[in-house]
Amino acid sequence: MKKSVFLGALTVAGLAAGAAAAGTIDDVKARGKLNCGVTTGLVGFAAPDANGEWGGFDVGVCRAVAAAVLGDPNAVEFVPTTGKTRFTALASGEIDMLARNTTWTFSRDVDLKFEFVGVNYYDGQGFMVPKELGVSSAKELDGATVCIQTGTTTELNLADFFRANNISYEPVPIETNAEAQPLYLEGACDVYTTDASGLAATRAAFENPGDHVLLPEIISKEPLGPLVRHGDNEWGDVVRWTLNALIAAEELGVTSANIADLSASAGDNPEVNRLLGTEGNLGEMIGLDADWAQKAISAGGNYGELFEKNIGENTPVGLARGLNGQWTDGGLLYSPPFR
Amino acid sequence: MDNKDIFYVREQMLPEQAPPATQSGIVKWMRDNLFSSWFNSLLTLVAIYFVIKIVTGAFPWFANGVWVSNSLAECREILQGKTGGCFAVLTERWHQLLFGFKYPDDQYWRPTLAFILLFVAVSPVLFIALPRKMLIFTGLYPFLAFWLIWGGTILIPVLVLVGFIVGYIIFTRLEAQSFAMAALGGIIGAAVIWALSGFVTSAASGVLALEAVPSRDMGGFMLNMILGVVCVSLSLPIGILLALGRQSSMPIIKWICVVFIEFIRGVPLITLLFVANVVLAYFLPPGTNFDLILRVIIMITMFSSAYIAEVIRGGLAALPTGQYEAADSLGLDYTQATRLIIMPQALKISIPGIVNVAVGLFKDTTLVSVISMFDLVGMIRGPILASTEWNGVYWELWLFAVFLFFVICYGISQYSQWLERQLHRGHH
Repeated sequence: MKKSVFLGALTVAGLAAGAAAAGTIDDVKARGKLNCGVTTGLVGFAAPDANGEWGGFDVGVCRAVAAAVLGDPNAVEFVPTTGKTRFTALASGEIDMLARNTTWTFSRDVDLKFEFVGVNYYDGQGFMVPKELGVSSAKELDGATVCIQTGTTTELNLADFFRANNISYEPVPIETNAEAQPLYLEGACDVYTTDASGLAATRAAFENPGDHVLLPEIISKEPLGPLVRHGDNEWGDVVRWTLNALIAAEELGVTSANIADLSASAGDNPEVNRLLGTEGNLGEMIGLDADWAQKAISAGGNYGELFEKNIGENTPVGLARGLNGQWTDGGLLYSPPFR
Repeated sequence: MDNKDIFYVREQMLPEQAPPATQSGIVKWMRDNLFSSWFNSLLTLVAIYFVIKIVTGAFPWFANGVWVSNSLAECREILQGKTGGCFAVLTERWHQLLFGFKYPDDQYWRPTLAFILLFVAVSPVLFIALPRKMLIFTGLYPFLAFWLIWGGTILIPVLVLVGFIVGYIIFTRLEAQSFAMAALGGIIGAAVIWALSGFVTSAASGVLALEAVPSRDMGGFMLNMILGVVCVSLSLPIGILLALGRQSSMPIIKWICVVFIEFIRGVPLITLLFVANVVLAYFLPPGTNFDLILRVIIMITMFSSAYIAEVIRGGLAALPTGQYEAADSLGLDYTQATRLIIMPQALKISIPGIVNVAVGLFKDTTLVSVISMFDLVGMIRGPILASTEWNGVYWELWLFAVFLFFVICYGISQYSQWLERQLHRGHH
């Protein structure tokens, strides 16, 4: 039976090969579901709740794209990926897009043949140490044991930083953030290093968060963003401009509360009108309905709302906007104009 | 008889007396086992010290445990700094730990029923005293379990079963003429039925249909059980064939078996799983979805059947040559000799080794968490520890996993020891 199933699968594979030649956007529409790669679990960014519903900041991007393309924020098949399986899953076509706090780097973009469509979170690698260690700067960490996730850019950044400062360290390799917490708390390592957002989330879950400090040094740039495969520019445009729509909506003051009123008829602000499809034909250009951006924003709110709901200061993760504020507020978020 | 030189003769038996206090009961046992020398006494005292330490340390943790709360933060509030476990994570997420987070919760009765029926199905195989008619249910069970767990129309498993039956009938009809022709005829017959059944099931997909659950929604301990049970039961017959093939005098069969076994044993299981998950996806055209559980089952089965083949080969090698020669001298052909004389003895010798592989295999199913499948370990490492509510709960979750695996593995081990005693034919 195994043999026949295998041969059957090969036959089906042969038939499907013809269909797969069409663009990703047509595949997604034909399937009626978006296959979105997410992490197997990161506090605030992506995790299923007690009812099995995925939620989080990265998940919000998936839902916005699904809403823009298919009109339904729940038409998403979340495919959990680990740091090791994420790129093959995308390259092989198992998923249509990857929204998994993945750092945009030269080699991933150029060599691995992916297309980063933008940045949804500007992160940077930081250090957390117990207060009783009495360290106030990362440069005093000579000879420290450091817990670090393998297979990530943080590993390489750490080596670069310590070499540049001519100090030594002892790495303690770990697989996931969940493993790092007990190791760090038991004192298996003096320092835990990962993206500053992850450190904040980890510290928030400690019994006594006040006993641990984040060091001031941020030793790397970690622009995290969604990505798609090289070579399918139509699909890349859809994901890129859905993300831009969320960012622009915050800048233009379009929220999930007032979006129904704003999109009922054309208003005074022409850019809002173009964004929401009450004026112009941007939807037609991108190959979607005129109200695509409206649906994307309604899915979970604009960028600021997604941020506040999942990782903002009122959540257990408790991140400040910082670099991720709008450019008008001194942050780095700057959506190209909808014109 | 002249007794006058004897001053005293006891004419009655003395009543039996209790042995001295130091030579009976608990005192003797303790003197023999715990305090038989100064060194052993010292070790006993040290051991008692550690046992008391562990029990007094762990007891408040269990006794103060919080069973109802919505998050770790709430647990800590309830405990007010006292030591205590936050078992609320188990009461809130037990269904995710057992069934994965996407299995529809109104359908939990299906895998549960399949699990209960599993005991009915395997008991005639495990206990020879039970009526042999129960084996019919054992034969039907895989199809029933597939229908219960995956859902969909009952026609799919029924028609697959019909394909097997048709193939078997053709095989028995042609067997008298030639074994190879019969096997080929049987496979073709079954394949024809399966090809035809594709049309039937797509036309009548609603017949006795349960809600279909796709493979990627399977998870939790259920996934470990599925993988463990399927792979062990598939790898045993395959392992026997491989072991026999390796001993065969036909060079091509022998070398195929040797290469297969040596290749698989030379590769770590985790590599095979990565191949199943990642590399196969490159070979298959984009958009193909070749069921991930099926891929993993094939890989784990290949892995464990190679090990079981070597264990059974050890059993075959341990049989005295006289047994083979006796079978030949009785005029039995190869199949008969193997079935009636060689295998029963070789398998009996191999039982401890086979159980060892089975227990190891069952625990190895947790490796699928590395290729982002949410088995019990994957559920704990991924979704539960990454939720904002339960980020930071470790002992409670891992102890629960330890408990589940221990129950199953200890059960398997106890059964195998019982079976060894049952099959013991020596006189010691």
